[in-house]
Amino acid sequence: MAGQPASAVRRASTAAVRLEGLTLRYGGRTALDAVTFDVGHGELFALLGPNGSGKSTLLRILSTLLRPGSGRALIDGVDVSEAPAAARHRLGVVFQAPSVDGKLSVMENLRFQGYLYGLSGKALTARIDTLLERFALGERRRDMAGKLSGGLRRRVELAKALLHRPRVLLLDEPSTGLDLPSRQAFWQTLDELRGEDALTVVVASHLMDEAERCGRVALLDGGRLVAVDTPGALKQELGDTVMTLEASDPAALLELLTQRMGLQGVVQDGTVRLSGTADPALAPRLLAEFPEQISALRLGRPTLADVFLVRTGHAMATEPEPAETA
Amino acid sequence: MNAATTGTMTAGSAAPTRSGTAMLLPTWSLFAREILRFVRQPGRVMGSLGTPILFWLLLGSGFGHTFQPPGMGHSLSYLTYFFPGTVMLVVLFTAIFSSISVIQDRTEGFLQGVLVAPVPRLSIVLGKVLGGAMLGFVQGLILLLLAPLAGLSLTLGGFFWACGAIFLTSVALSALGFLFAWRMDSVQGFHAVMNLLMFPMWLLSGAFFSASGASFWIRAVMDINPLTYGLTALRGALHPAAERAAMGIGDPVVAAVVVTGFAVAMLLGAAWVAARPERG
Repeated sequence: MAGQPASAVRRASTAAVRLEGLTLRYGGRTALDAVTFDVGHGELFALLGPNGSGKSTLLRILSTLLRPGSGRALIDGVDVSEAPAAARHRLGVVFQAPSVDGKLSVMENLRFQGYLYGLSGKALTARIDTLLERFALGERRRDMAGKLSGGLRRRVELAKALLHRPRVLLLDEPSTGLDLPSRQAFWQTLDELRGEDALTVVVASHLMDEAERCGRVALLDGGRLVAVDTPGALKQELGDTVMTLEASDPAALLELLTQRMGLQGVVQDGTVRLSGTADPALAPRLLAEFPEQISALRLGRPTLADVFLVRTGHAMATEPEPAETA
Repeated sequence: MNAATTGTMTAGSAAPTRSGTAMLLPTWSLFAREILRFVRQPGRVMGSLGTPILFWLLLGSGFGHTFQPPGMGHSLSYLTYFFPGTVMLVVLFTAIFSSISVIQDRTEGFLQGVLVAPVPRLSIVLGKVLGGAMLGFVQGLILLLLAPLAGLSLTLGGFFWACGAIFLTSVALSALGFLFAWRMDSVQGFHAVMNLLMFPMWLLSGAFFSASGASFWIRAVMDINPLTYGLTALRGALHPAAERAAMGIGDPVVAAVVVTGFAVAMLLGAAWVAARPERG
C-alpha cells in the first residue's frame, strides 16, 4: 500500500468517489450516459432511481466488477479500471445478494474474508473482535451464519465489508429482505460508522425514504444523471405544497382534471398527483367540482418522488425491485 | 503436490501482477472453506463414498463369475480388476462435482464478495480447484486403504505412487470441473453436461474392461481419454510388473507424465476462463 503521508495528501485533494463522463452501452442499450459527479469524504450519498435507471450498473463499475465503456470512475483517487486491485483495497461492498456463507460460523466468515484481504494472525483476530463487539455479534460468533435472522446476517455482511477498513462503502439496496426494525437499526449503524471512521457511504436504492436519510442524492433515470443535491434543496425547487387526490378511477379523474381545468399530473399508486406547486385554495374547488370522483384530497410537502416526477416527467415505479444476481 | 506446484508456477507467469505470497492467504481461504463446507454436509460425504463402494461390491460380485476381461488369466477375480476403477470413480465424481460449489458461490452471492476483494483470479482458481482436488484425493485414499480387501497387496512404495496418481487425477478433474462451472449459472445444466462427459470417460478408461479386447475405435477413444492414464498410473501401484504385462497395462511412468500434463493443461484452462472479464 502507498505510504501514509502520500495517501493523506491525495485524500485531501481528491473526492472519495469521482465519476467523469461514465458511459456504458451494451446490446444497443445505454446503461449509463456520461454520468459525472463527486462524492466527498465522509458523505452519506444515495443513488436513487427506478429499476433499470443505471444505479446497479454504476455500482458494479465502482466495485470493479464491470468496466465502463468510456469515462472514468475513481475511488479515493484510484481509477477502478486502471488499478482494480488498489481500488478494491479501498472499497467495501455489500451486495443485494448475501455474500455471507451460511455453512460457516460468523467467526469463520469473517476470518476467511480477512484472508482474502491479506489479513491474518493477531491483527485479524483483534479486528474481528472489534467488529463483533461493534455489531453486537459477540455472542453469536460461533453460530452458523445460515441460522441467523435476516437482520443479524446483514450485520455480518456489513462487518465483512468493513473488515479491511475501506475508505468507501458501497451498498446495493441495503434494505432488501429486512423488516422495519432491522432496517432502522441498519441505518442507525451506518450513521454511526460515518461519524466514527469518516467512512464514505454510497447507497443505491429505489426507496425514497432511504434516499431522504442521505446527505446528498443523485437521481438517475434511464442511465442519465437527472440531478444531484441534498434532498432538501431538491424538494425546495418544487415549492411548498404538493396535492394528491385519491380516486376509485384515478386515470379517469386525471383526464377530467386536464380537460376541464387544464391541470397536469400523473397517476401513481392509485392516486393522482398534480404537477407543480399546488395552490391550497384549489382544494375546495376540486372537491366541489368532482364530488363523485375524489374520495380524498391531500396537501403535503414535496417528496423526492415528486422531484423525480417533475424532473423526468414520469413517476418512479414503486414496486419492489427484483433481486439481481450477477 | 507436484501438479499443484507446477500449476502454480506455469499459470503464475500469466498473471504477473501479484507476488506468490500475496496469493497464499486468499488461496488458503478459499481452499479451507471448500473443505469445511464439505465436512459440514454429511450427506455429501456419505453419498460420494457410499455410492462407489456399493457399485464396486454389486457390480464386481455380479460380474465376478461370468465375466473375465481378456488377458487377465484366472489369477485375478473381477472384484480385484474392478477395484482401481472404483477408486477412480470416487475421484471422478467428487473432484468434478465439487465444482458445483463454483456455481453455487456465483448464484448465492459469495463469489461477488470474492471478486471485489483484491484477490488474484489465479488464487480463486487454485483455492477452488485444490479444495475440490483434496476432497477427491482424500476419498480416493480412503477407498485405496480397502485394497487388501479386494485382494490387492499394497507396498509402501506402491502406496505413495498410488497417492500421487490419485492426487494428480483429482487436480486435473477438479480443474476440468472448474473450467465448465465458471461460466454456468445452473447446477442442473452442469450436471447434465458433466454426466455426458464423465460416463464415457469412466467407462472407457479401462475401469470396466481392458483395451486389449476392444474394437479399434473404442481402443482409440481409450487412448485419448486422460482418465485411462490416471487409472494406468494407479494400477502401476497395485500390480507388480509381471502382472501388468499379462493384463496388457501400459507403462505407469508414461501414464503419470500424461496425467501431469493433463492436470497442468486443465489448470491453465481454468486460469484462462477465470481471468477473462465478467459479463455485465
